[in-house]
Amino acid sequence: MTETFTLKGRTGDWEIVLGLEVHAQVASNSKLFSGAAVGFGAGPNEQVSLVDAAMPGMLPVLNKFCVEQAVRTGLGLKAQINLKSRFDRKNYFYPDLPQGYQISQFEFPIVGEGEVTVDRIDGTSFTVRIERLHLEQDAGKSIHDLDPKATYVDLNRSGTALMEIVSKPDMRSPEDAAAYVKKLRAILVTLGTCDGDMEKGNLRADVNVSVCRPGDYEKFRETGSFKHLGTRCEIKNVNSYRFIQQAINYEARRQIEILEDGGKVDQETRLFDPGKGETRSMRSKEEAHDYRYFPDPDLLPLEIDAAWVKEIEAGLPELPDAKKARLMADYGLSAYDASVLISDADVAAFFEEAAKGRDAKLVANWTLNDLMGRLGKDGLEITASPISAADIGALVALIEDGTISGKIARTVFDHMWAGEGAPAAIVEKHGLVQITDTGAIEAAVDKLIAANPDKAEAVKEKPQAIGWFVGQVMKETGGKANPAAVNDILKAKLGL
Amino acid sequence: MTALTSLTLKAALDGLKAKQFSSMELTKAHIAAVEAARPLNAYILETPEAALASAEASDARLAKGEAGALEGAPLGIKDLFCTKDVRATACSKILGDFQPPYESTVTSNLWRDGALMLGKLNMDEFAMGSSNETSAFGPVVNPWRIAGSNKSLTPGGSSGGSASAVAADLCLGATATDTGGSIRQPAAFTGTVGIKPTYGRCSRWGVVAFASSLDQAGPIAKTVEDAAILLKSMSGHDPKDSTSLDIEVPDFASFVGKSVKGLRIGVPKEYRVDGMPAEIEKLWQDGINWLKEAGCEIVEVSLPHTKYALPAYYIVAPAEASSNLARYDGMRYGLRAEGGNLTEIYENTRAEGFGAEVKRRILIGTYVLSAGYYDAYYLKAQKVRRRIADDFEQAWQKCDALLTPTAPSAAFGLGENSNDPIAMYLNDVFTVTTNLAGLPSMSVPAGLDAQGLPLGLQIIGRPLDEGTVFSIGGAIEKAAGFAGKKAERWW
Repeated sequence: MTETFTLKGRTGDWEIVLGLEVHAQVASNSKLFSGAAVGFGAGPNEQVSLVDAAMPGMLPVLNKFCVEQAVRTGLGLKAQINLKSRFDRKNYFYPDLPQGYQISQFEFPIVGEGEVTVDRIDGTSFTVRIERLHLEQDAGKSIHDLDPKATYVDLNRSGTALMEIVSKPDMRSPEDAAAYVKKLRAILVTLGTCDGDMEKGNLRADVNVSVCRPGDYEKFRETGSFKHLGTRCEIKNVNSYRFIQQAINYEARRQIEILEDGGKVDQETRLFDPGKGETRSMRSKEEAHDYRYFPDPDLLPLEIDAAWVKEIEAGLPELPDAKKARLMADYGLSAYDASVLISDADVAAFFEEAAKGRDAKLVANWTLNDLMGRLGKDGLEITASPISAADIGALVALIEDGTISGKIARTVFDHMWAGEGAPAAIVEKHGLVQITDTGAIEAAVDKLIAANPDKAEAVKEKPQAIGWFVGQVMKETGGKANPAAVNDILKAKLGL
Repeated sequence: MTALTSLTLKAALDGLKAKQFSSMELTKAHIAAVEAARPLNAYILETPEAALASAEASDARLAKGEAGALEGAPLGIKDLFCTKDVRATACSKILGDFQPPYESTVTSNLWRDGALMLGKLNMDEFAMGSSNETSAFGPVVNPWRIAGSNKSLTPGGSSGGSASAVAADLCLGATATDTGGSIRQPAAFTGTVGIKPTYGRCSRWGVVAFASSLDQAGPIAKTVEDAAILLKSMSGHDPKDSTSLDIEVPDFASFVGKSVKGLRIGVPKEYRVDGMPAEIEKLWQDGINWLKEAGCEIVEVSLPHTKYALPAYYIVAPAEASSNLARYDGMRYGLRAEGGNLTEIYENTRAEGFGAEVKRRILIGTYVLSAGYYDAYYLKAQKVRRRIADDFEQAWQKCDALLTPTAPSAAFGLGENSNDPIAMYLNDVFTVTTNLAGLPSMSVPAGLDAQGLPLGLQIIGRPLDEGTVFSIGGAIEKAAGFAGKKAERWW
């Protein structure tokens, strides 16, 4: 049981309560209600159909593939799939919203309650309950900084399909919130329903933050009544794990200060400024829009077939939780290693390829520590790794059969990273083969003892001083001597 | 020349096929008639060059024996239909000189079958109105006048331009749209035939939206048969409209002239409203008698929720309109007024661009959808709508079609009701029910009142049973002997 995250205030301890609305762009070649292409990198307004631009008389036609993606995601969240759902209009004016309304699902979402198991770094896990998932259109993009007087609008994103995944207020620390998004991302990417690219805004979160006193949250969970919780503020569109944590920390502190000064937290929508690390007010509850939701009369209620849902379910890939369990069972990995591996499907696939017939624990270490560390430093994804999975496997094989030591392996790894090719060839080329020939080692030891009789005498009194001898032998052999063999021979010759 | 424009669509198509005259001759005659009839203000845009070019192409196809079902027939198109590279305004200032880069499905279907366009027809702004007086281009004048009077009468609305143009022989037929009676009431006021088909028969793609769940396109024509020919071409499944019905389109014309013997005709008692003119009461009775003579069985039916239809309609239609018209924001096309900031640009654009009636409906619609009012108005109206549909379902147990008056009065003077929105809305009292229930319904001219003005009867059919509606319409047309009656030409 992990201890509840608390913030110390002047008047005592505070806890935080977090609920997230994650917007995930549906991986689809075309938009939710038009045939226009979806993609990154097109010129402004190049991916806009007559429907997306809301020309007079244009009508939306639902993209069945986006529905399939939502169902697939719902299944991945172990959620209720609603065979009957409905599209509603959310009405408001803004230049990047050409229709004057967003088509969304308000009352009857396509996916109902589900849950996500989230893994913490310490190997423990917790559950976030999913309230719903619904499909909706994204808006276009307003660009305010091209011209001091004008705003430019790019409608390429207008009409793109989003899944809004709403959690219950089940996260209690900034780290938990980030871990939840990380896990959600892993599920979506595994399912192929969202590319998970947070930098491009394809996955972003609205974070609801409130603070309460120890014990209040438990009362809320017991009764389901929000009166036990503090007033929440919603921080819009946060698009990195780091920003999510920064925003929560700042916002919780801000709320605590208000409360400790005897004030009241106003329910409002806020924006996170990554530059300043602050949140600032966007609009208050009073300024909140009346969206005048009503069923979109251009679209029929969405009815899907139970058989079709079954078909989608049958085609689901192995989900992160199942993969984690399998990695632990099949490869004997720790819960921590397994959960790090599943947080990125590509990393897990890399590992599994490299681990074929090898010591899995060793492969996991080389993949997660050495390779991932180096990739991270260079800002590379594992799919762009200069070292292939097969070569990591081959490297581990050389360690396993005693050709090289773990220490030498690091040198070999450096050469591999530099693009010198397969590990065996590198070992050969640089003469890095471990010396297991006891004759050569014995000769080196004899020479060493002969040259240092005083030290050889002293070590008999102080056996731990053998380390100096080991070091010297390794030095003599250019690090290639098998450490175990060196030890054994030294002990015999020194009479230890 | 007169002879060619006074032809029915059917007669003209036959004449073209028989090479009695060319589409060029037919089109030229109509272009001249349109020019001569400008005082009626039926056309807000004439496209004679394009019409003649189309006529030439049609004549070539006719010569090669490749004629489509409407080959060479000059038609008028309500300005609510988007027409590629031809100005489409919905008769609102807010669309400015908007030229759509696309063609509506309904008009595409007509051109596919060989028809050609004479121009765009006047209408109430965004189809909101019952007298054509809300048009940004000024009202259409009804070719019919009270005997011995010069008073300008309304052709009804919103498809007033379509109705006047057909009544005055300014085209062989016209497209129209009907959200609460906008095809049928103008047809009744001008002695023409208008049918609103089952919701979903005609694609709404490319038709400027008023109230999506109620809007349906249909023809206004000189005869029941002409209406059947036009509707056949206009109809058909369109994957671009999610509410379009994927169902076979019958040969509607084959139902015209078919015996109505044995059909059970329902007469809904709730349509006998207070203050209905005796002449309309009498006309209704005439219709009943004609159908009885033709072998129909007359049954009294009850549609108990009828009185709630008009209030429900005036909640649902404005609610949808308030959202549908949000796209006219001055950002991408049409009018844009100046303003110091975004809100001002919105406010000024929409204040300048929309007329009073459109603004009234946007306000009503915004109100009924607002938090705290939604349940009391919009949701309640949707429940009423369900009840009204159920009423009809009940009636179909007892009858095959319903007969009612189309409108509670004959054409009234321009300006007479324009300051009283409620009086204006009452024009739709007999027609809105079928929009709410999505049923096919036709107005067929049945006689003249004492002042010499045309009156219409409405036939309501089962869902998708336009065929029976056409058969009954044909029977009434024949019995009423109205065909050939025309407004005396004064323009």
